[in-house]
Amino acid sequence: MPLQSKHLLGLEGVSRDDIQLVLDTARNFREVLDRPIKKVPTLQGKTIVNLFYESSTRTRISFELAERRLSADVVNFSVAGSSVAKGETLKDTARNIEAMKIDIVVVRHSSPGAALFLSRLMNANIINAGDGTHEHPTQALLDMYTIREKFGKLEGLNVCIVGDISHSRVALSNIYGLQILGVNVSVCGPATLIPKNIQKLGVKVYHNIDDAIRDSDILNVLRIQLERQNRSFFPSTREYHNYFGITRERLLKSKKPITIMHPGPINRDVEISADVADGEQSLILQQVLNGVAVRMAVLYLLGTGN
Amino acid sequence: MKTKPKLIDELGMHRTITRLAHEIIEHNKGIESIALVGIRTRGEFIAKRLAELITCIEKKELLIGMLDITLYRDDLRAKLEQPILKGTDIAFDVTDKNIVLVDDVLFTGRTIRAALDQLMDLGRPKTIQLAVLIDRGHRELPIRADFVGKNVPTSDNQEIQVQLIEVDGEDSVLVIEKI
Repeated sequence: MPLQSKHLLGLEGVSRDDIQLVLDTARNFREVLDRPIKKVPTLQGKTIVNLFYESSTRTRISFELAERRLSADVVNFSVAGSSVAKGETLKDTARNIEAMKIDIVVVRHSSPGAALFLSRLMNANIINAGDGTHEHPTQALLDMYTIREKFGKLEGLNVCIVGDISHSRVALSNIYGLQILGVNVSVCGPATLIPKNIQKLGVKVYHNIDDAIRDSDILNVLRIQLERQNRSFFPSTREYHNYFGITRERLLKSKKPITIMHPGPINRDVEISADVADGEQSLILQQVLNGVAVRMAVLYLLGTGN
Repeated sequence: MKTKPKLIDELGMHRTITRLAHEIIEHNKGIESIALVGIRTRGEFIAKRLAELITCIEKKELLIGMLDITLYRDDLRAKLEQPILKGTDIAFDVTDKNIVLVDDVLFTGRTIRAALDQLMDLGRPKTIQLAVLIDRGHRELPIRADFVGKNVPTSDNQEIQVQLIEVDGEDSVLVIEKI
C-alpha cells in the first residue's frame, strides 16, 4: 500500500493511514540503524538533491544520512557558492536540476509554498524540509514517532507546543499531524507570538506556562528564533525565560512526569534550562536519532512508489 | 485457474518438516552455534516449527531470527505494488554462527540472493545453509538448497502455493495452473 501522494509537502489534509504507514515503516528503518552496517541497497540508482536555501544543521545532515543509508546518490546544494548569488530564480534552478534527471528533491526555502511551487514544476518527488513559516512535515513525523515510541500510542495524549508559534513551521506541522492522530494539542506563549485565530485550528491557547504544564503530558518546546526577533515581540530573552522558560522548578510543581521535546537547535537557558534539556525526561537526542529513520521511511515510500 | 489435488497435506507437511529438522541436526553434528533464520512471511513460520522440533529432539534451545528482505530486492523499481515492510528481527550476532536460512519455496534464487546480502551486512556468519520446503526449479542464479522438503518439477505456467496454518488457516501445498 503506497502513500496517496507523490510528494510530501505538508501534513495538512494528509490521511491518518498515510501517517500511520510512515510511522510503521520508520520502525523497520530504526532497526537498520542498530546494525553494524547501517546501510541497505534500497534506493540504489536513485539520485537525490538536497536544495537548501536556508541554513540547517540537523535537518540537512539527517536527510543526507537517510539518503546515503538507502544507497542513493546524493547531491547537495546550498545558496553559498551557487548560482543563486548570480541571480538565478528558484524556477530556473528547478528546471536545470530537472534536466539532470534527479529523482527526489528535498527542499528548504524561506518562502512558504516553495515546495508546492517545485512540485508543480518538476516530475521528481518533492519533500518539504521546511518552507518559511508554513510547514516542516518530517520534523512533525519524527516528533510523532518519538512520542509513540515512548507512550506506545498517540491518541488521547495532551501535547503543548511552547514558544514562538507565529514563526514556527514545526508548530504548524505538529498541530496538523498530531490532531489527525487524535492528540489533544495546545499552544503556549506570549500573546505577541501566538497567531490570532489559532483556535480555529482546534488548539487550546495558554498564556501561563504553569497552566500548560498542569494540563499536559508532553511539552514540545520551540526555539526562540533570535534572528526573527528584531521587531521585539518580548522585552528581553531574560524576561522570556522568567515567564515561559521550562525549568526544573516549574516541572516539579506537576504531579506527573512531563516529557520534554525540542526540535533544536536549543538556546540553553532561554526557552529551556540546561538541566531540563539534559534531564531524564528529555527526548531531544532520541528525536534526532529517530529523525534519520523517519526520513528513510519517507524516502523509501516516495522513492519506490509509483 | 485450475487447482490440482494437494501435493502435500497437513500430515505430509509435518513429516517433511520433521525430516528437515533431523537432517539439519545430522548435517551439523548437533546444534552448537546453529541459528535458524526464517525469511518473511512463510519462511518465518517454517523456521519456528523447525526450531520447536529441533529443541524437542536435542533438548536444547536454539537461536532463531526473522529476515525481511524487501529492502534488498532487485525488483523494487519494477514492482507494481509497494511491499509493506515486516521488519528484520535478529536479536543475536550472526558472526561465527552456522546460519540455516529457511524459506517456503525456492524458485529463481533471487530472494535467497537478497537474504545472503542482508546477512552479510549483519555480520560474518561461519556458514550459511539453506532449507526450503519446496524446490520448484527454474533457477536464475547459481544457488542451491542444502535441505529440501520436496522437489517439484514445474513448468512456467504453474505456480506453487504453500499454505500454513499460521497465515492461511491450513497446511497444504498446491500446484496452480495459470491460464
